[in-house]
Amino acid sequence: MSPTREEQHWMYRNMVTSRRFEEAIAKIYFEGKSPAFNMANGPIPGEMHLSDGQEPVAVGVCAHLTPEDVVTATHRPHHQAIAKGVDLDKMAAEIFGKKTGLSGGRGGHMHLFDDNVNFACSGIIAQGMGPAVGAALSRKMQGKPGVAVAFVGEGAVNQGGWHEAMNLAAVWNLPFICVVEDNGWGISVAKETASSIGSHADRAAAYGIPGKRIEGNDPYAIFEAAGEAIARARAGEGPSLLECETYRLAGHFMGDAEAYRPEGEKDALFEKDPIPKMRERLLAEGTASEADLDTIEEESAARVDAAIKFARESDDAAPEDALTRVFAA
Amino acid sequence: MTKSNERKLTIARAMAEATAQEMRIDPSVFVMGEDIGPLGGVYGNTRGLIEEFGAERIRDTPISETAFIGAAVGAAQDGMRPVVELMFVDFFGVCFDAIYNLMAKNIYFSGGNVKVPMVLMTSTGGGYSDGGQHSQCLYGTFAHLPGMKVVAPSNAYDAKGLMTAAMRDDSPVVYMYHKGLQGMGWLGTEAGATVHVPEEPYTLEIGKAKVVREGKDVSIVSVGMGVHNALKAAKKLEEQGVSAEVVDLVSLVPLDRDTIRASVAKTGRLIVVDEDYMSYGLSGEIIASVTEHDISVLKAAPKRVAFPDVPIPFARVMEQFCLPNPDKIVAAWDEMQAA
Repeated sequence: MSPTREEQHWMYRNMVTSRRFEEAIAKIYFEGKSPAFNMANGPIPGEMHLSDGQEPVAVGVCAHLTPEDVVTATHRPHHQAIAKGVDLDKMAAEIFGKKTGLSGGRGGHMHLFDDNVNFACSGIIAQGMGPAVGAALSRKMQGKPGVAVAFVGEGAVNQGGWHEAMNLAAVWNLPFICVVEDNGWGISVAKETASSIGSHADRAAAYGIPGKRIEGNDPYAIFEAAGEAIARARAGEGPSLLECETYRLAGHFMGDAEAYRPEGEKDALFEKDPIPKMRERLLAEGTASEADLDTIEEESAARVDAAIKFARESDDAAPEDALTRVFAA
Repeated sequence: MTKSNERKLTIARAMAEATAQEMRIDPSVFVMGEDIGPLGGVYGNTRGLIEEFGAERIRDTPISETAFIGAAVGAAQDGMRPVVELMFVDFFGVCFDAIYNLMAKNIYFSGGNVKVPMVLMTSTGGGYSDGGQHSQCLYGTFAHLPGMKVVAPSNAYDAKGLMTAAMRDDSPVVYMYHKGLQGMGWLGTEAGATVHVPEEPYTLEIGKAKVVREGKDVSIVSVGMGVHNALKAAKKLEEQGVSAEVVDLVSLVPLDRDTIRASVAKTGRLIVVDEDYMSYGLSGEIIASVTEHDISVLKAAPKRVAFPDVPIPFARVMEQFCLPNPDKIVAAWDEMQAA
């Protein structure tokens, strides 16, 4: 199944929005952190994990999802949050620790929850697997439509909980898809150092479910594979496992010197940046005109600017609000 | 007090009855865990449920605590009200991430926009030589971490009311039942835990302690099995002319500090009985709750009777040496007088 023109435009728009968002965050992140880098300083304190380069996975999968579908994401969540339709103003405000943030500053960039679009992410590897499987169970038990997608990194497949959750989803035949974003690196540990097999999609055999690896960080190929897996889940035919090759164009976190990368790797990855590649393809295939793409890019940039403005101008979280919302109201 | 013609239930039966009654009126409630289906739970608390509700709502799971507790969090956030069982609290070591990083924190991380209405039932306690990975209480471990309510019934009446309240709560509730109070034939059971339980559903307020015996000379504060030890000690003390009050905490989170403080303000003396480890735990918290509020009410230094800071030993004589018992509580009173 190939994406329609509208779907391709949507994918491109969300890839660009995500990239512009990360670029904006990256720039602001260093405010107040120079000359001496101190992670605790500036308008965006704390760890920051950017998703530059990984946009094709987010859009290729989320193009098939509606707000009622459930997504759990990782410590590197912005591209998926944007593709899932998380409120960008509130998301930016949360990253700034503002009162108007998704959780009023209680969560931060690794803990973004938007219940309007059933999105959540968390900070520990493979942690979203159980909740996504549980959401899929909930839909099946309630007879309610919707599938659950857990995005994880390639490092997550070596967590015990990942295997437990895959088995649970399979043995209960749940509408669940695990999407592995293989960016080749678990912080500084290369995939081949950590995993005994090259394609984690092969691990699907252990659970008796379909598994597929998609090479090339290609939004079209990811769209196609995700479409099959999600249709299968919607039809009640059970879970699937996808591993998507992708590129982490940023460090693991902001401030990562990336000395572990082989010489020339980053340059080679930038050569394959998926956003200019998609732009070229849209133009070559006549799916979009220069003017279409310029408009999408301008609108995406404006959307990000507005979200950043909203975040900057919002009130700081009130310190004493830290003591509230521990339990449900 | 239970009258002879009233229906008595064990804690296990009371928990199962509460669950069944709630499942009849609320289709979002379901149970999952290891051996909770045809077996009815290793400690009997889901007995009879699969016959009435079937395997869809009474779900035996693989031995995958991280996955099914994590799944319960996801189901709870998606409109269900899962009741999950961690067979022994000691098994928390393989799944605590799902418990305290997800279950306990997702309401907060969502700024209250997400609810996590789930019950985590787990068996606690020793005294039957099951060794150091099947005998702990770990009250302090769970109660220490924010975001989870924690309850621990000492009798079947409270067990039913707490179970219903826990299933109706929109926040996660850790329901810690003591194996020695469950009423399992193959495990010695404290007779005082099997009491009259009304047939109709009712709730017990989570976060409310009970004065289960009035007294004026000393307050003995405990929870679960410790309440029964305290009541036995109070009887022995009565023979010596000492009037002991016994406070059953019922809930550890929220902790009913007002009831504790009011009792100690009345008696002037405090003994805390805790089957969990002594240090950094429940006993210290209760004493601090009193002393930081008003130390002047105390006529003597508080005492605690708790499990020493060692792993729980297997040999019967060794385990019994370490566990709280009525004689140790009486001895604590004697030491208080000698001081």
